[in-house]
Amino acid sequence: MSQHDEDEYTPEMLARMSGMIRDFVPHNAALALDVVRVSRGDVWVRLPYAEKLVGNPETGALHGGAISSAMDAAGGLAVMARLGRPGSIATLDLRIDYMRAAHRGEDVVIHASCYKVTKHVCFVRGVAYTTDENDPVASLAATFARKS
Amino acid sequence: MSVDLNALLARARSTGDATVLLEAIPYARFLGLGIEREGEVPIGVLRFGEHLVGDATIPALHGGTLAALLESTAIMAVLVDAKATGLPRTITITIDYLRSGRAIDTRCRPRIVRQGRRVVVVAVEAYQDDAEKPVATAVVHLLVAD
Repeated sequence: MSQHDEDEYTPEMLARMSGMIRDFVPHNAALALDVVRVSRGDVWVRLPYAEKLVGNPETGALHGGAISSAMDAAGGLAVMARLGRPGSIATLDLRIDYMRAAHRGEDVVIHASCYKVTKHVCFVRGVAYTTDENDPVASLAATFARKS
Repeated sequence: MSVDLNALLARARSTGDATVLLEAIPYARFLGLGIEREGEVPIGVLRFGEHLVGDATIPALHGGTLAALLESTAIMAVLVDAKATGLPRTITITIDYLRSGRAIDTRCRPRIVRQGRRVVVVAVEAYQDDAEKPVATAVVHLLVAD
């Protein structure tokens, strides 16, 4: 993380966002979601691999539902990272494309970007990957309504 | 973990009941996913639990938990259908969130829109106490070819 990048948020902001998603969102805490990086309009959220989140007991691959939840959470955080403050938002719609399985033992990282904000609606896209953002597990397109 | 998925799949298909399969999936247990039958149609059930909450101030269900219910119900609908073989894999899920999910059980009704040889399209509708007022709907594209 470069200190010269004005848009890169501080470690304090990172800690605050991580605490926020765990303290106020019980399901994010249940998934043990962690914010690993934030900049203006962009967040990187880690979904740690856990046995309880397995969808295919033969291969140990994570269930799509766990990835959807992490994607939804990351999308919401990207909106807050863009607005620069927490706020009340509601997911309007969410589209997820699955490209490959997330394998046994591998954490998933979601990079979500809020690329446009209007008076009432925020537009987000994102990608989920394990080690390489160019070898995605899934992709996301979502819109959120601003409630306040 | 030693699970013979194919044996469970065959059992789910022959009985038309995917419960045995759900019980073998750790994530389904973690979430509290169940299945009820309405004639031939499997109705997905998301039993409410505090760990499903997305907004503690209302409290409302996390959108991701509804996504999981919608996706899982679509998969179950294809699984118990005799025409399918193997475990369906999700290609795309497109969800519309219509109302906030309250802190109660949620049910989900699937409808197979198109059964192709490779791709099956399922429309799913999640509702709470009033089936006429869905909390979320989705269209799920599933890959059923090897």
